[in-house]
Amino acid sequence: MLQDILVTGLVNGGVYALLAIGFSLIFGVARIVNIAHTAFYMLAAYCFYTLLTKTGLGFVLSGLIAVGAVTAFSVLCYRLVIEPVREHEAAVLIATIALALIFQEVMLFTFGGHFLGIPSTLEGAVRVLGVSIPYQRLLILVVAAAMLLGVWFTLYRTRLGLAIRATANDLEVANLMGMNVNRVAMATVAISVGLASVAGVVVAPVFVVDPFMWLAPLVTMLAIVVLGGLGSLKGSLIGALVIGYVEAITVFAVPAGAYLKGAVALLIMVIVLLARPEGLFGVAFEEER
Amino acid sequence: MFWLRKAWAELKNEVFVLPSRTLVLVWVIALLALPAVYGDAYVLRILTMTCIFAIFAASWDLLAGYTGQVNFGHALFFGAGAYTSALMSLKLGLSPWITIWAGTLVATLFGFLVGYICLRLRGSYLSLATLALPLIALGLLFAFPDFTGGELGVSGLRRLAATPAGNYYLAAGSMLAIVFGLWLLADSKFGIVLHAIRDDEVAARASGINTPRYKMLVFAIAAAAAGFAGALFAHYLRVAGPSTLEVALSFQVVIWGIFGGAATIYGPVAAVFILYPLTEWLGSFRHFGELRLLIFAVIVLLVLLFMPRGLSPWVRDKLETLCPRCKQRNAFSRTTCRLCGAGLKAHASQSKVPGAERLVGHQ
Repeated sequence: MLQDILVTGLVNGGVYALLAIGFSLIFGVARIVNIAHTAFYMLAAYCFYTLLTKTGLGFVLSGLIAVGAVTAFSVLCYRLVIEPVREHEAAVLIATIALALIFQEVMLFTFGGHFLGIPSTLEGAVRVLGVSIPYQRLLILVVAAAMLLGVWFTLYRTRLGLAIRATANDLEVANLMGMNVNRVAMATVAISVGLASVAGVVVAPVFVVDPFMWLAPLVTMLAIVVLGGLGSLKGSLIGALVIGYVEAITVFAVPAGAYLKGAVALLIMVIVLLARPEGLFGVAFEEER
Repeated sequence: MFWLRKAWAELKNEVFVLPSRTLVLVWVIALLALPAVYGDAYVLRILTMTCIFAIFAASWDLLAGYTGQVNFGHALFFGAGAYTSALMSLKLGLSPWITIWAGTLVATLFGFLVGYICLRLRGSYLSLATLALPLIALGLLFAFPDFTGGELGVSGLRRLAATPAGNYYLAAGSMLAIVFGLWLLADSKFGIVLHAIRDDEVAARASGINTPRYKMLVFAIAAAAAGFAGALFAHYLRVAGPSTLEVALSFQVVIWGIFGGAATIYGPVAAVFILYPLTEWLGSFRHFGELRLLIFAVIVLLVLLFMPRGLSPWVRDKLETLCPRCKQRNAFSRTTCRLCGAGLKAHASQSKVPGAERLVGHQ
């Protein structure tokens, strides 16, 4: 059981980290609480499913196309829906909620509400420390690690990353220093949704695909982001691992744990917030009055 | 006769001078007269639900719009009221007239609790933390299905009134009382303090306002109204299910509140009265039935693109202009202020640099 907990927690934590870091990035740069974030993850899973079963493209190709298409679509959504109401924070909020609902309903209408299963990308399993890990879960882990490394490289070793961090730090000064803040925000949207759609593509064969699959990860992701501190990437990563392990422990070690796993994860978030209102690694927004 | 003449004069000078007040009067009269004119059970059912949700949306607005505590988990209070009154009514066999108040009381306690938890949180942290609370409650409900009914909820409750019209008047009457009560509260000195807390909490505290006490009080008041709505809902539908705690309901109330225009009380109520019957009506068509949530979301999105501050401030700006000198509102048809006689049109011609506000950042 201990090995089960270790492996499941790590895999779930990896997926959550992909989602949470994207959300955290976009909040940090553009101050957008993007409720539709996991809806893009759902869209990517559906896109992957369609490409795989209808067109017969290979796993890798359909995965890449799905990620690219969803990312391009998210930039379009940003330009058409979010940018016109950027000055009104409340309007941005419900615009993203409405977007998520629209995606859900369109998918419900096109594919129906039943669960869709995707054949596993990789068959077989590998034994590590006496516990067998299916290759698919290993793939999730590898992809998550690679993407996180890629994000770290983009943010800390490229000019775009410098611009993104500067904008997150102070939008007005970044604007005055000659950065095109709107374009930086757009690039951030693309990176963030790209991460979410990668998560959607890699988990689709493990979980089932249905139009409501965005709700449960949304809540967990928000819990992680708040736990780690809004806008803090390190916090999101550590929060994702914490919540991933807490959920795994609850499911495997507590009776009726499957019902309680969300509640326990959220409870931990609330407790952390009570002790540290700005999250584990967040900065206190004292100056933002 | 004197009182009648005085009432007429009041009406003419205070209500009919402003289109918005006339609209409110027409709405109240239409609401009260409806069952006598058109007593269709289906219409009454939809409007009863609309009234219940209007209470819920108005209570959210007091908390989120006025005080700035943008609560993403307002369904917690609704669900607390619904489940408390349903369980008490079923397990203890009490009359609905008692259990509704018990539900309100428990929701108020929840309000104090959440308010206490949220004292240290602000902004997005508060929104996201409150989103978690009804889900924790939901997880507990599912973990103890023997007591709470699990997925199916608590069903088989007694109705409040026997006839559809009776239920309707009960919901409409309590809606009018609560909404006008909240409106008065928000317009009073108390409401000004709430505005101050939202705009600058540190400055409010520096001016000698006990902000924690006010915030907890507002949480309790909003929770009480929401819990009352939840209890009414449970007894009207005769079932309290997990849907009263779901994220969907919490999001729904956020959509109503912002769509109607935050910090107005009447805005969210108007939004509920437009959006809820609209979605029900769309759902009654066979082909649209599946698409109603989609249409709902598209309408919300489109309206927001044109009226980012919400529906009711936009309508109000079209119908009325603010006097530049005495800051009183005037009907759009007037060229001079009704109170001080200052010209109204000069104000509108002030030119703005196009697109300037987009460059000033995101505060």
